[in-house]
Amino acid sequence: MSVGDFLLVAVLAVPALGALAVAAIPRDRAARLVGTLAAALTLVAAVALVAGRDQGWTTYAATASAVRPWHSIDLPWVPGLDLRFHLGVDGISWPLVVLTALLTLLCCGYSLWRVPGGGDGRALVALLLVVEVGILGTFLALDLVLFFLFFEVVLLPMYAIIVGWGGDGTDPASLDARRRAGRKFALYTLFGSVLLLVGVYVVVAAAGTADIMVLTGGSELSRTTQLAAFTLLAFAFAVKSPLWPLHSWLPDAHTQAPTVGSVLLAGVLLKMGTYGLIRVAVGVAPEGARWAAPVLGVLAVAAILVGSLVCLAQTELKRLIAYSSVGHMGFVLLGVATLTATGIQAALIGNVAHGVITGLLFFLAGAIKDRTHTGALSELSGLRETAPRLSGLLAFAAVASLGLPGLAGFWGEAFAVVAAVEAGGALWTTLAVLAAIGGALTAAYLLRLLRRVTHGQPTPAVAALSPGLAGAELVAWTPLVLLALAVGLAPTLVLGVAEAPVEALVGVLR
Amino acid sequence: MSEQSLVQAVDHLALLPAYLAAGTAVLVLLVDLVLARPVATVVTATSGAVATAVGAAAVGSGAQRRTFCVGSDCSYVFGGRAALVAALVALLVLGVLALSGPLLRAGNTPVGEFCFLLTCSMTGGVVLGAAGDLITLIVAVEVLTLPLYVLVGLRRGSLASAEAAVTFFVVSVVATALTLLGAALLYAVTGGLHLERLGTLLADEALLDLPLTTVAVTLVVAGLAFKVAAVPFHAWAPATYDGAPLPVAAYLSTASKLGGVIALLAVVQHALPPEVTGPVLALVAALTMTVGNLVALRQRRTVRLLAWSSVAQAGYILAPLGALALAADADARTAAFAAALAYAVFFVLLELAAFAGVVALRPAGADGGRLDELRGAARRHPWVGAGLAFALIGLAGLPPGLAGLFAKVTVVRSLLGGGAGWLALVVAVNAVIGLAYYLRFAALLYSSTGDVTPPVVRPARAVAVALAVATVVALVVGFAPQIVLDLAAS
Repeated sequence: MSVGDFLLVAVLAVPALGALAVAAIPRDRAARLVGTLAAALTLVAAVALVAGRDQGWTTYAATASAVRPWHSIDLPWVPGLDLRFHLGVDGISWPLVVLTALLTLLCCGYSLWRVPGGGDGRALVALLLVVEVGILGTFLALDLVLFFLFFEVVLLPMYAIIVGWGGDGTDPASLDARRRAGRKFALYTLFGSVLLLVGVYVVVAAAGTADIMVLTGGSELSRTTQLAAFTLLAFAFAVKSPLWPLHSWLPDAHTQAPTVGSVLLAGVLLKMGTYGLIRVAVGVAPEGARWAAPVLGVLAVAAILVGSLVCLAQTELKRLIAYSSVGHMGFVLLGVATLTATGIQAALIGNVAHGVITGLLFFLAGAIKDRTHTGALSELSGLRETAPRLSGLLAFAAVASLGLPGLAGFWGEAFAVVAAVEAGGALWTTLAVLAAIGGALTAAYLLRLLRRVTHGQPTPAVAALSPGLAGAELVAWTPLVLLALAVGLAPTLVLGVAEAPVEALVGVLR
Repeated sequence: MSEQSLVQAVDHLALLPAYLAAGTAVLVLLVDLVLARPVATVVTATSGAVATAVGAAAVGSGAQRRTFCVGSDCSYVFGGRAALVAALVALLVLGVLALSGPLLRAGNTPVGEFCFLLTCSMTGGVVLGAAGDLITLIVAVEVLTLPLYVLVGLRRGSLASAEAAVTFFVVSVVATALTLLGAALLYAVTGGLHLERLGTLLADEALLDLPLTTVAVTLVVAGLAFKVAAVPFHAWAPATYDGAPLPVAAYLSTASKLGGVIALLAVVQHALPPEVTGPVLALVAALTMTVGNLVALRQRRTVRLLAWSSVAQAGYILAPLGALALAADADARTAAFAAALAYAVFFVLLELAAFAGVVALRPAGADGGRLDELRGAARRHPWVGAGLAFALIGLAGLPPGLAGLFAKVTVVRSLLGGGAGWLALVVAVNAVIGLAYYLRFAALLYSSTGDVTPPVVRPARAVAVALAVATVVALVVGFAPQIVLDLAAS
């Protein structure tokens, strides 16, 4: 077993064992510390995966597959179900793996300092780690059935986080609201993942293998199978991403979830959908992807416009940020729908940027709500007067989110539009124009948010604030601020590693 | 015509598990009569069940054994599958005995009779898997079911129990009559009763086209569908489960349901033409899971919820058989049967765990009660509550209940492998509906009780052990589902 293979296993095993350890340690604070430590080790292992990739590249370049992992591990698990324990990491998945590990670490660290709703902090950290295992496994799986398995692992822990630690209060109404939100999240996403299950076995039954490396390119499948498989898979990932009109679980879940839950939900959980679309749906059924691309593009642009317009009318802070995700993921999906190298690169960097920026936005929204006990925009004006640092960070995150050049949000949105223009034809040009208008609307609602929240006379709730930030908050937010800057100034951080695998993927799409 | 010997050599080794099971029943009766000590009776029944399971496994590990043969047709075929069924039934009896601890100690139920009837029923289950002709099959199913009429109504002074027993009795007798009539008609058409001979004879086009054949096949399948509680023959199950003592309800929804499934599998696999049964079973499966899940959504009583959910689960078990008509080759058919059996094995395991959890969290000898009475139970009993929640999540087919997840995957895989994509979609959508109530139940265990102080309950040790064992086994087969898949395919 080489170092790379070892790291690959460690990335999953460390958080899994960490979750068990956290559950087994009776002392609350010690358990949370152990959990944070496990998350930190996972991040180290995840970052270290990039080492030795060149050697991996030449080793696998000999194979004809369009997926050439830097490291991979392939063990039999359940031959009767075509399930192999096949993991691998390449330039498409690595940035997301690191993002997941980073956000989980920040969430665990944040939970050391503050446990939402006064609940059991130990259980929360354990659940965060289980969610991490599921998400990382999804990004690393190179076997369709294994991919599905990890896809489902996330569901119930996330439900428990929303219902157990979410909401604003303990009164029956808010209890009911978060239960409803949790149930909606669970049922919606399960609907997505059962379609994924059916889609996966449509592919497996036709091709006789579940190996993504073999299946990418779709040479094993007939056109009819590809159309059926892509439809099912695209539906599954559209629920997760979420793509309009299947998005209605998202605002409720994000609004009701505790801060750490929202950060993980928006930051990386949604990426399982877009990553799946690129790696599984497009990769395995390219013919189907070409066939459905216009529909996907139209829906993506509809998501951008609808998301932005709804945001313009929102009066609640977390809900607004939640809806903004619908718009941003619309840009990502538009990028994928073009099926060009530019578009998919835009999608990948858009994924990472959205994870960083929306993660930060949810942290900030959580901090504001924790301090003022309200999320209503009308009760939050004048934040700049009493809490200048918080307000400054919020302004930074909002500006990054609206896609100011030089910050992370810019690349994904700009290049998604560029890719649509490059795709040519009346349809794609129209879509590009509409998406650009959506980008302008995004700027409009985020600036409206800033005007309402930071400017104006302080309301009673805001006037009572003290200007300071807790150390834990600074520690949790600084990496995200820096990353938003770094990815914005040097997009090659993401695109550099992703270039070769995207070229290979686009190569089989033609 | 060659001369046949009228004296048959009986392979007693093949019959060993059946001897053990029947011997246990007789021994339990004698011990109860002679010693009249409840502990001795229960110990006898327990060790008998263990011996039966071990015997079945030992005999089954060897080559297939056939006995009571006429020519090449045998009435008793003890192979890998028969061993699996026999061992499983014996283990389920063991589990149910453990669950009955609080019930028997509460004193409303006569211990000797309870154990005797349970072990009698076990005998039926042990023979069932090995049945090679329709008569043996029907007799085995009846031996499995008959003691249950009494067991359901055994609680003294309980009107609900008596009602449940009568419902169950009437429905079950009608079902048996239907199956027998079907078997008789099949004999009239073909002149054969052995399953494999029937299969060969019915492969003949001319016989298949006879209306009488269709009627006979329909009657046999419908009668057995009653036993499985498949829609539209399901209405007896919720009333009976809810009226029966909890351990008996557990037995009804595990061993008894398994028996029905095995009987149905046997006739469909060997005897009846798949072109006829396939579409019917596909329809029955789709209806069963949909109706079961939809009605379960509205249940407020614990056992009724489990009963309706087990109706829905029967639909998942039957689903792979729905692909039979479309499955082109024998391989795909064998895979469908193996998938149905594998699902049934995963299901009975999780169902037993779920019932064990409910029994543990309820006062000794009580019925299932309303769901609300279990509110917050997992906060008071973290381990038992976690076990019950794990079983429920497994039944919903989600991680961390990997056993349930793989069960679902097995069914969907076999359906898509057999070309029945629409049924796979029905299964998928039903999994979502199912989650709604399983999740409600599981979440309820963890919600706060508010101002109401719930009754103090101490989970009985035997029940907790049964729950722990079932959970551990579910965890093991969750990580190594190949064990179950291999056993089911043997």
